[in-house]
Amino acid sequence: MSLDKDTVRKIAFLARIRVPEDALEPLAGELSNIIGWVEQLSEVETEGVEPMTSVADMTWPRRDDVVNDGGMAEDVLANATDSEPVSGEEGGGFFTVPKVVE
Amino acid sequence: MSALNDLTIGAAAKGLEDGDFSSQELTAAHIEAMNAAQDLNAFITKTPDIALSRAKDSDARRAGGTTTGPMDGIPIAVKDLFCTEGVLTTAGSHILDGFTPSYESTVTQNLRNAGAVMLGKTNLDEFAMGSANVTSYYGPVKSPWKGKGGKDLVPGGSSGGSAAAVAARIALAATGTDTGGSIRQPASFTGIVGMKPTYGRCSRWGIVAFASSLDQAGPLTRTVEDAAIMLGVMAGHDAKDSTSAPIDVPDFTADLKGGVRGLKVGIPNEYTLDGMPAEIDALWNQGRNWLESQGAECVEVSLPHTKYALPAYYIVAPAEASSNLARYDGVRYGLRVDGDSLDEMYEATRGEGFGEEVRRRVLIGTYVLSAGYYDAYYIKAQRVRTLIADDFRKAFEDVDVLLTPTAPSAAFAIGEKMDDPVAMYLNDVFTVPASMAGLPAISVPAGLDKDGLPLGLHLIAKPFDEETLFRTAHALEDAAGFDARPGGAS
Repeated sequence: MSLDKDTVRKIAFLARIRVPEDALEPLAGELSNIIGWVEQLSEVETEGVEPMTSVADMTWPRRDDVVNDGGMAEDVLANATDSEPVSGEEGGGFFTVPKVVE
Repeated sequence: MSALNDLTIGAAAKGLEDGDFSSQELTAAHIEAMNAAQDLNAFITKTPDIALSRAKDSDARRAGGTTTGPMDGIPIAVKDLFCTEGVLTTAGSHILDGFTPSYESTVTQNLRNAGAVMLGKTNLDEFAMGSANVTSYYGPVKSPWKGKGGKDLVPGGSSGGSAAAVAARIALAATGTDTGGSIRQPASFTGIVGMKPTYGRCSRWGIVAFASSLDQAGPLTRTVEDAAIMLGVMAGHDAKDSTSAPIDVPDFTADLKGGVRGLKVGIPNEYTLDGMPAEIDALWNQGRNWLESQGAECVEVSLPHTKYALPAYYIVAPAEASSNLARYDGVRYGLRVDGDSLDEMYEATRGEGFGEEVRRRVLIGTYVLSAGYYDAYYIKAQRVRTLIADDFRKAFEDVDVLLTPTAPSAAFAIGEKMDDPVAMYLNDVFTVPASMAGLPAISVPAGLDKDGLPLGLHLIAKPFDEETLFRTAHALEDAAGFDARPGGAS
């Protein structure tokens, strides 16, 4: 299957990646080549074959469902470009983003 | 370069123990080599102060009569995909600008606990996506090996900076990560040992995620014994990674020299590629003879779905990447490019922050997971993956280990294969199948091509049977007697 410019525009929006208008066409060509190449998988008979869900043939341990970490708001915020420190306005301790509610 | 740069981990540990030199001397020699080899662009961040301070601690421990084992005081490089406390961690991407974790990945913490000394963070393909180390935001890495007429070559990828640093005698060893061949292929290109353990052997906690069902950390070293020593330190169960195996880590060096007498080695018929240089086939045959002459029995086996591993990988890995990389949104860390709305901010940040190969893979992943295509691509690929794993399972009913070439070519020039993504993907044609099945595998330097460039041989073993893998690799290494070294390190 080949991807056209509109499809690339649509998946770029789904992936939230801005792609300049003049890059859409060449990108459609590149992605179509890759998709065309992976489509050789259609030659493989997979009727009745279970899709792999875990690469390791073992049961992984589960931890107890308890809170065992946390209380590090300052650390969590430390790498944000824009955040309100824990001791800041309105109680602070949050990331800031462009306004989403008018 | 001083003699201190050319030691194995084993020899350096002995030198430290015997008091021939201190960790501070050993570390200083490596810092000097790191600074002298600026041209390779192997490091994104150098940490000489951290290195010297950890070396000093190591010397103090030793002076007080205690050590933390065979890696105490050993200078290593760390792929810049491992989060390191207080040290910039970039994944080779613009989108992680300025990201300085407040925590340490489990694997690098294990190395720190064992006394290893971090020299710096090595360059890599952006988010470990690449086979030539040419997609890094911080520029390509040059191999210390040179092509005809002194041409600059790629070190392979994605762990290209780690491979270049170890081959150029800048670090005694380095950490890498391998999703489809990112440790083994650069090891083959640079004439060193690169090992990917069984999926689950090393914790993925604190490693920047690419494709979570495939990613594994492993060592890049100059000898098989060093790989066994280093994996022993890196590996172990970790409650912070839910796919970390609750299995004890054996002493991988214990039976290393046990030999291959009576071992059954499978030679898979399907590991050839049109246009592959005859010398790779010849080396593969040579490897078979080397093992047979030491008492192993080599038999041909068939892994019928081999040719479908790479296309299946290029559905599964981008799908997982598109999900993992959703976290880079400009809100919590790294680059933010402003926009008028939240969506516009996301789009602007990700549009500017991701390089072309990462963008390509995120878009492919988004496409194959999108409504209407999920079954046709993603589920189909996961079914094929089951068949690939079954091929290996059946083969391992008869044989103990498999021998293949590591890569279909030697290193190529920087700039080659850049305009055809699929041609670049074919670099990993022999390493991807083991990744898809979660199996341990290793590349051992085994010979040179007609231009004097290194070629590796590749071994694959059963899940959690790293001991057989190392033992066979040691036998190959012994027979190959590879002692060529890059011009940059002579």
